[in-house]
Amino acid sequence: MSVTIARSLDLKGLSCPMPIIKTAKAMKELAPGQLLEVFATDPGSVPDFKAWAQTTGNPLVESSETGGVFHFTLKKKELLT
Amino acid sequence: MLNDVLILGGGVGGTVAANLVAKELGEQARVTVVDTTGIHVYQPGFLYVAIGQEHPEALQRPEASLLRHGIKLVVDRATHVDTAAQKVVLASGRTLRYDELLLATGSRTVMEEVPGGAGAHDFYTMDGATRLFKALQEFEGGKIVIGVAGIPYKCPPAPVEFVFLLDDYLRSRHIQDRSEIKLLSPLNRAFTIEATSKLVQPILAERGIELTGFFNVETVDPIAKTVSSLEGETMDYDLLVLVPPHRGQKVIEESGLGDERGWVPVDKNTLKHTRLEHIWAVGDTTNIPISKSGSVAHYEASVAAAAIAATVKGEPPPAHVYDGKVMCFLETGKGQATTISFDYDHPPVSPTPARRWHWAKTLFNKTYWHTVPQGRLP
Repeated sequence: MSVTIARSLDLKGLSCPMPIIKTAKAMKELAPGQLLEVFATDPGSVPDFKAWAQTTGNPLVESSETGGVFHFTLKKKELLT
Repeated sequence: MLNDVLILGGGVGGTVAANLVAKELGEQARVTVVDTTGIHVYQPGFLYVAIGQEHPEALQRPEASLLRHGIKLVVDRATHVDTAAQKVVLASGRTLRYDELLLATGSRTVMEEVPGGAGAHDFYTMDGATRLFKALQEFEGGKIVIGVAGIPYKCPPAPVEFVFLLDDYLRSRHIQDRSEIKLLSPLNRAFTIEATSKLVQPILAERGIELTGFFNVETVDPIAKTVSSLEGETMDYDLLVLVPPHRGQKVIEESGLGDERGWVPVDKNTLKHTRLEHIWAVGDTTNIPISKSGSVAHYEASVAAAAIAATVKGEPPPAHVYDGKVMCFLETGKGQATTISFDYDHPPVSPTPARRWHWAKTLFNKTYWHTVPQGRLP
């Protein structure tokens, strides 16, 4: 199954809490189930994205790091029925 | 020919830099400060005005009284910077030329960017703080909600300080039993800085101040008295206090000197404009991802002043650059406070809240007029 990223955000160089706020804004625009990928360099974003995903119910489906750049993939939560 | 050093803005950064440049260059330059009001305002005092512990008059002095002899003060508003001609156009139609230009125009608050936010209270302007205190005096109980409607904003610890001082205020009026204070935070902790959050969160809990995390204020419904977040949550309130969104000044935006929010891109160490020659910026004015605070403006001003003086003298740039130093006080209520200090290479540290830090902050606030603007403190 191929995974399509609906939107990609480059938040490299931004410091906390900007990455979270920009991500929250971008997620609002997505449809339920769509994926958002984020690139960030702030080390604090690792625990922040994990906690944000848990609190808001938008699953963090992937989190990785390559050469100091963190990559997160978040899924917009499904509407409650 | 005499060099013209032009400084836009008579706040902390502009005033400290003007005094240091004039001191260093003496007769070698004409130093001019352009300020829209000619009144220097000690903005950290707004917090105290909002809870009735300070009078607005005590926070204002004529800018001219803070500038060294020989510095020219022009009370006018800069409307356009022509970087090709090295000229600044003022609202009166007058133009001033420059050899070196320091942008110290600071930030402005734009509550109008928050849909429904026009009626929300704030303590980021003198008017806002005065109006907020009036509302608190009339407050007889209910739910007070404090939220953040935009990042970056001046004085990052201020919302946390405000809830502690507000709790003291409600207790002094014996209405705390019929009141609630809710602090909405952009992150899942009280404050961006983890070490400081760990110190203040237990005190919030002890005072019964409830913290709601990941609540980035997006809209307000002033009729229903609710505030909603980017994250999709809604909370009701009786009295709403918001940290308004901030932007750079219009002259920066309209002259194409800044980014889309009007923040001036500078090198984080030299404070020189990243694209334009003969232009520096300090304080809130810059796009450096660091606290927008008086302490930053103060430290940066001495770096920019030395660099400008060296340029005028035809000397190489000074070795001393801005290292990202920030120093803030944070009131924790009941006469106690802590501090937060860090720089680009050192993570923030905060001592256990104690009375001596509250006294230190009070002393600093009172002696400010005789130390900081003149560049007497390092």
